[in-house]
Amino acid sequence: MPEATVIPLEPRDGRDARARRAEKAANRPEPVTPEPPTTEPAEWERKVAGALAFLRRRFTGDYEIDDFGFDADLTDHVLLPPLRPLYNKWFRVETRGLDNVPDTGGALIVANHSGTIPVDALMTTLALLDHHPAHRHLRLLGADLVFTLPIVAPIARKGGNTLACNADAERLLNAGNLVGVFPEGFKGIGKPFSERYKLQRFGRGGFVSAALRTGTPIIPCSIVGAEEIYPMVGNAKTLARLLGMPYLPVTPLFPWLGPIGAVPLPSKWIIEFGEPIETKDLGGPAAAEDPMLVFNLTDQVRETIQSTLYTLLMQRRSVFF
Amino acid sequence: MPPRVVLVTGVSRYLGSRLAAVLAADSSVERVIGVDTVPPKPEIEKALGRTEFVRADIRNPLIAKVIAQAEVYTVVHMNVIATPLGAGGRTAMKEINVIGTMQLLAACQKAPSMRKLVVKSTTAIYGSSPRDPALFTESEEPRALPKSGYAKDAVEVEGYVRGFGRRRPDVTLSLLRFTNFIGPTIESMLTRYFSLPVVPTVFGFDPRIQLCHEDDGIEALRRSTLEEHPGIFNVGGEGVLLLSQAIRRVGRPSFPVPAPGVSVVAQVFRRAGLVDFSPEQMRYLEHGRVADVSRFAKEFGWSPRPTAQAFEDFASRSSGGFSGDFAAAAEQKILDALARRRTANRSAAAGALGA
Repeated sequence: MPEATVIPLEPRDGRDARARRAEKAANRPEPVTPEPPTTEPAEWERKVAGALAFLRRRFTGDYEIDDFGFDADLTDHVLLPPLRPLYNKWFRVETRGLDNVPDTGGALIVANHSGTIPVDALMTTLALLDHHPAHRHLRLLGADLVFTLPIVAPIARKGGNTLACNADAERLLNAGNLVGVFPEGFKGIGKPFSERYKLQRFGRGGFVSAALRTGTPIIPCSIVGAEEIYPMVGNAKTLARLLGMPYLPVTPLFPWLGPIGAVPLPSKWIIEFGEPIETKDLGGPAAAEDPMLVFNLTDQVRETIQSTLYTLLMQRRSVFF
Repeated sequence: MPPRVVLVTGVSRYLGSRLAAVLAADSSVERVIGVDTVPPKPEIEKALGRTEFVRADIRNPLIAKVIAQAEVYTVVHMNVIATPLGAGGRTAMKEINVIGTMQLLAACQKAPSMRKLVVKSTTAIYGSSPRDPALFTESEEPRALPKSGYAKDAVEVEGYVRGFGRRRPDVTLSLLRFTNFIGPTIESMLTRYFSLPVVPTVFGFDPRIQLCHEDDGIEALRRSTLEEHPGIFNVGGEGVLLLSQAIRRVGRPSFPVPAPGVSVVAQVFRRAGLVDFSPEQMRYLEHGRVADVSRFAKEFGWSPRPTAQAFEDFASRSSGGFSGDFAAAAEQKILDALARRRTANRSAAAGALGA
């Protein structure tokens, strides 16, 4: 039998895999076999059993989602696995400074945004889930456009993302989640190719006040490589406005080559998590009302990401290697 | 302090009659007066116990006389109707909801005996939009105010209630915003929706829904009537279900309708008298609505059962075609076949070895 692509069907929550399997086996009704099997089930048979259990759970609605609509079962088994080849083989993502991300408790990861479509958000999610020792789920804050689009909106919610607003950010942080935010927003992701490494304005610093109010650390995160996946050399502004989109990218390959043009270029990626900026001792909720402090902190985070970005660029041998 | 005389409006409807029955069974309540425009059905009347029914229209000044003569201490206003089907048209519904509340509150304002007002409202006042935070707190301002129907009525009713609170600061005001009700006996938009043989959904959307079990709704109202809990509270079960998940749990097939065709389908259902989909409800089926219920739990020291449990009580009684047992049995069959194959292979291998 040829080797098939293996989709792990165990929840990746950092617990011991064997313990999890045992627990799962205990929960599942005992198979009524005519006689006890004489051999251990083969690896592929266990996979089939796992896939069947997954299908049964989906079919009967027997899974849990949290208040934000995060469906861990679906995210781990369906939404993220197809992205792994992209992460490992296509972009060959290298992560640095993962030990700056705490194993437990709330933290706000602030990153630069680029690449025309938010592939960088997905890669950061995978980096933390697969390569962080605690296998943490990153809960991203998305623009409201994401939640108005059919198909995209429910998938975004099921993947654990929610609307970028202070209420949601603080609720997630207070519950001890790892929250990711891209303060550049559409300005960042839709920046022209000529300004690809230059960070845009960091919004109004809403993310800083959320961190201050919840006393959670801010972790600056620099992503290099997303800039080159879709080099946006033009922007069909009028058409974009007609379609109600923030921009409509024109790249050397898209839309000229149709679907082939939508394949991202295989740039080499580096994701670096910087030293956490502690906000616990800065004065709590009262400090969040101090605009000067918020602006300064916003600037500090932005500068850190920008300078790390330049350092990483110098270290990267070329765009593709 | 005993709550003495309690007046319940909307007593001929399901929740109103159940609350009146619970209060009538409580010996600490001196009198229970039920008001409605139509007399309760005989089976409801039996359950009402010692409730005194007054057939009065709360749109009519007569209600003031009832309140004054009986020296009503607590008024529980439950006569805000959610569906035009039950009220005889949208105009009549609006009349009962808005004008009725105005008249009732005017009467209450004049009644010196009155010390407490409990109002059943709805989280529908928050609307449903993709630009709202994941959970609504009581202080949240909706991004898009409901433009029509029940939700708009409820917004107006709450406005009058706030005005009343300002004019009568001596009255304890409890405003309960309930999430959608569900349960084995209640008839609501959602129970009818989930009982359709094929459940239509909006293509490309899967909203989060939050539910309140009917029994817990009654309990919340009972507690606010007999205890002192001033304030505005979201009332519902903790946790959420996705619409798709709920449809699967009730064991029915769903049928996604693309957004442009939704209003046509909704109209067909309305004409057929199956489910009364209003435009807000369509938005609800796209974006859902979840409220933060922690304030209620903290104040009352009690919580309604979680959404999933409330839904389970409904789903177990009105389950559709395929059930979980079927899926589990199919899974088991395949696993058994695999196990048999394994044993057969093993014995074949052993046989080959022996020969």
